[in-house]
Formats: sequence, structure tokens, C-alpha cells
Amino acid sequence: MSAYSVTEPTRRSKLVAGVLVVLYTFITLLPLVWIISTGFKSGPDSISYPPKVVFEPSLEGYVNLFTTRTRVGAEEFENLPPAETWYDQIVRDQGMVIAGPSRFGERFLNSVIIGFGSTFLSIFLGTLAAYAFSRFKVPLKDDLLFFILSTRMMPPIAVAIPIFLMYRELGLSDTHLGMILLYTGVNISLAVWLLKGFIDEIPREYEEAALIDGYTRFQAFRKVVLPQAATGIASTAIFCLIFAWNEYAFAVLLTSGTAQTAPPFIPTIIGVGGQDWPAVAAGATIFLLPVMIFTILLRKHLLRGITFGAVRK
Amino acid sequence: MPNPLDAAARATPPTVARRIRGLSDRAIAWLFVAPTIFLLLAINIFPLIWTVRLSFTNYRANRPNEEVEWVGLRNYIRILTDDGIWANMQTTAHFLFWTLVLQVILGFALAWLINRKFKGNDLLTTLIVLPMMLSPAVVGNFWTFLYQPQIGLVNYTVELLTGTPANSFSMLGPGGYAPWSIIIVDTWMWTPFVMLICLAGLRSIPDYIYEAAEVDRASKWRQFWTITVPMVLPFLMLAVLFRGIENFKMFDMVVLLTGGGPGNETLLASIDLKREAFEKWRTGYSSAYAIILFVTVFGLASIYVKALNKVKER
Repeated sequence: MSAYSVTEPTRRSKLVAGVLVVLYTFITLLPLVWIISTGFKSGPDSISYPPKVVFEPSLEGYVNLFTTRTRVGAEEFENLPPAETWYDQIVRDQGMVIAGPSRFGERFLNSVIIGFGSTFLSIFLGTLAAYAFSRFKVPLKDDLLFFILSTRMMPPIAVAIPIFLMYRELGLSDTHLGMILLYTGVNISLAVWLLKGFIDEIPREYEEAALIDGYTRFQAFRKVVLPQAATGIASTAIFCLIFAWNEYAFAVLLTSGTAQTAPPFIPTIIGVGGQDWPAVAAGATIFLLPVMIFTILLRKHLLRGITFGAVRK
Repeated sequence: MPNPLDAAARATPPTVARRIRGLSDRAIAWLFVAPTIFLLLAINIFPLIWTVRLSFTNYRANRPNEEVEWVGLRNYIRILTDDGIWANMQTTAHFLFWTLVLQVILGFALAWLINRKFKGNDLLTTLIVLPMMLSPAVVGNFWTFLYQPQIGLVNYTVELLTGTPANSFSMLGPGGYAPWSIIIVDTWMWTPFVMLICLAGLRSIPDYIYEAAEVDRASKWRQFWTITVPMVLPFLMLAVLFRGIENFKMFDMVVLLTGGGPGNETLLASIDLKREAFEKWRTGYSSAYAIILFVTVFGLASIYVKALNKVKER
């Protein structure tokens, strides 16, 4: 690099920019830090005034998240045998006893099943279609992006009306399969479009060489294209997973009992006199953490995913 | 019209095609595309057609055995002449306008600062991006806690900075702050989105353009307005398109934050639609409502995309 470059910012401007961005980062992360820290507060600490920044960490929120609790009469409470486990003790300290497990575990498991199920299906079907779109000439290719965009213009509630009726007829309401198919249907256009972009970048010559070597189209696809597209497939998969993971509107309208995912459940975690904030925060932390990790893993392909491949950097 | 996939097969180089044993390219193309097309038809196209059909009826999903009548355009006329719905549209427009303005200003400013390439800018970018990847429902719910008048972090911070007592105002209650509260949360979540796209725009500007401007002794201010802004504009417009579409149909975050309240202050069209469709069960009526919303976004987006393409061509 030359000793003097007109496009290289001066040290002072770098410093000012750095300070401002650090300040923004600090402010923007505050709510997230608050979620995580509230999860480790005791009930009284979470609603104290002024809000507590320094507090004695407690697992009350996490214990309350996974259990349902009940009050017993004062006399009965006195005569209980000593708490057997640490979580029994935490509940006893709140003046209650554990009545049973909460439904958070189930809801979280539903999120995992539906999230991974729909991601797998979107990627499986999407990769096949993307390959065909990329390698064979298909008319209207240029309008594909606008079509994908237009499928996202319907408010989710508008889509939910006919889906609700359709699922009622087909017996798919409140089933894992129904939600997997729905999320796949929503994700697949994005998946095809992103994957097509990644496959377009793999030179055709590779497969053609393989075909000349006597591979069939199928073999060439499996042994040449797929390994080359692995990174693209992985990042597309994460995008599909994040969508299904975070989705709320369809989940709340189309599921109630068996197939409900965590987003509609977390806001319903109630304690004494309103929401049990440490438990809500604990649930939110467990639920948001995987996405945060994925975002960090994805950072190179993030832009492409969020703009439906319109901006590739 | 000839079958597109036939055309596809014919367009594949013959030397390659001849080499293939097993399935022909045409068959493979069909096999690969068919399941996706089927799913798109089932989950995207068919429901749309069904919604259009329902919108001309008085069907109610909670009374499936009642006779369904065709009512022609009655639902549409009712909606378009309903003052309440126009008020919701205005609420939506207010939300849309201010979230876009704030996100464009903040997003561009952040991208511009990050593009100074100071040490650690990669790490900070990743951290800043986190809010937008999170579940809007879970986030919306937790912000009700941050907005609590007495114990919430937001009111406390305001008290700390300005001296206004924390319990003297309520961000989600009466007092007119609620429409701004949802704008704040949306801006918090989605500014990074605009920032990322602007950053891509800024990084796409080759250095030699600035070098040439420097040779011509153009001031930094002039360079900013004649190089930076026009070159980033297509990117910025794309970001606005995506955010505009998303926020027009905003539901999850706001429904958990305010539920449309207090009164109808934050009753966005999408939330109202949910009430009509799944609380009052006016299925036919809400289908017409949905189609009106869809046509509005589709129309606005089409015009906007045309404008965007013009800017790109310049």
C-alpha cells in the first residue's frame, strides 16, 4: 500500500467513528443484556425500583420456567419433609411446592421438530429445484425474484385464513406435519432463489467434465455439484431455520395444543399477579441463544440471506 | 406455447445430452422442479385464489354448516367506506413512515461510520446485527417489561437523563406515546438491516472514483453528495422496499407489545385483520380486507420497483 492514500480515513476520523459505533452497540445490546440478566434474577429483584444492575444471581427464573408450582396451607407447608433437590429448595423459598413440569419443554421440542423438519424439507426440495433453475433454461427467470417478493406481501393473517380452512378439512390443524408443510411452503421460494445463486457460481465445466467421464446427470449432481454448494446449502438452511424458529402469526393461529411452538408460549408464562418476568426472560434466553450463535456463524452470508440474494456483496 | 422444460432440454448442449445414460435432462428437470411447484401452488397460489373467492361471500369459519351466500362486492364496499379502517390505514402509514425514516437515517449513518474501517468494526457489525435475527414475538413481549412505568429500564433511563419521574408517564398506556413505542422497538430491531445493505453499497464504490475526485480537488462534502449518496441510493432503496413490505404487514411484534392499544392507537391493519378473521370470525369480510391490503402493497411495490430500476440504470 502506498504511504498516502486519499481513500484511507484519517486516524482521527477512525477514532470518532469507532467511539460512536461502540456507543450505539452498547445501547442496542442493552435490551439483550437485560433479557439475559433478568433470567438470573429473583422475582423481587426483577421488579425492584430502581432496576438492579448488580444482584445476587438466582436460578428461580429457570426453575419456574420448567415447573408449575402451587401454594399449600401454612400448616401443611410447615410439616413438609425437607426439600430433596436444589430446585425443590428454590421453589420452597418462594413459599410454594412443585406441582409438576411446565409445558415449556414440550413447546421447545415442538420448535425443534418443526424448525428442523421444515428446514430439511425446504433444503431438500429447494436444492433440486435450484439446480434445475440454474442449469436448464427456464423462461421468466428474471421475474422470479419479484414473484418471491410478492409471496411475502400477503399479511400472514391473510394467508392464515384459507390455510386454516384447508387444514381443518385435511385434519392438519395443530399437527407437526401441517406446520412443517406450511413453513416449507413459505420458505421454499427463498431457498430456491438463494440456492440458485450459489449453484450459479459453480462453473458448469465441472459437471460437463463429469458427464463426459461417464457420470449420469444424477451422479454429477450428487458428486460434483452438491459438495461444491455445501457452504451455500448450509447458510440457506440456517436462514430457513431462523424463519421457522421465530415465526409467530401462523403458530398462534393454527396451533393450540399439540404442535404449538415456543414463541406463542413464552408470552403466556404467568406468575403471581402478571407475567413471571424472570421465567419469561429465562425462556427467552434459551430460545434466542441458538439464533444468536447462528447469526455469528452466518455473518459472511447474512446480507445475501436477508435480501433474498438481491445483494451479494 | 411450447413447454418451457422442453425448451430447457433442447437448450442443453447436445454433446452433453447425448452422453447421459438413464434419465433425460427433461425428465430430470421435471422431477427436480415438480415438488417445489406443487408446494408453491398449495401454500401460496391456491390460498390466494381461495381468499379471493371467499371475499365475495358472507362465509363465517366458526359456522361451517350455515348456508353461504354470494354478496358480490358488498364486503369491499363496506371496507372502503369504513372510517375505522381508514383510521387503521393511517396508523399503519404513520408506523411505516417513521420506521423507514429513522431506520434509513440511522442505518446509513452507522454504515458510513463503520466504513471508516476502524479496528474491530467486524466484531461490532456482528453484535449490532443481533436484534434483527431474534423472534419478534419474544422481543415484543419482553419490551413490555422494559416499558413498565415504574420498574422498566426505559422509564428509569429517561428519569436518569432528564429528571422526569419514571412513574409520571407510560410508554404503552394512555398519553399518546404508544405509537412511538412501537416505532422505537421496530427501529431498534431493524436499523441493522438497513445498515448492512448500505454497508454493501458503500463497499461497492471503487476507490479510484474518490481518487479521481481528489485529483479534481472536489471537497469531501461534494464527494459525499456526488459520489457516495448516488452510488448507495439503489442499495438504500432496496432496503426501504424490503422494510416497507415487512412493516406494512407488521403483526407479531406489535400485537405482543400493545395488542393494538391503548384504545385503537396502535391498531395496525394487520392486527385489525386478525381481529376480524379470528376473533369476530367474519371470514368473507376479512378475506376482502386481506385482498385490499395485498393489492395495496403489490401496487405500491410494483411502482417502487420500476423507480428502483430507473435509479439503477442511471
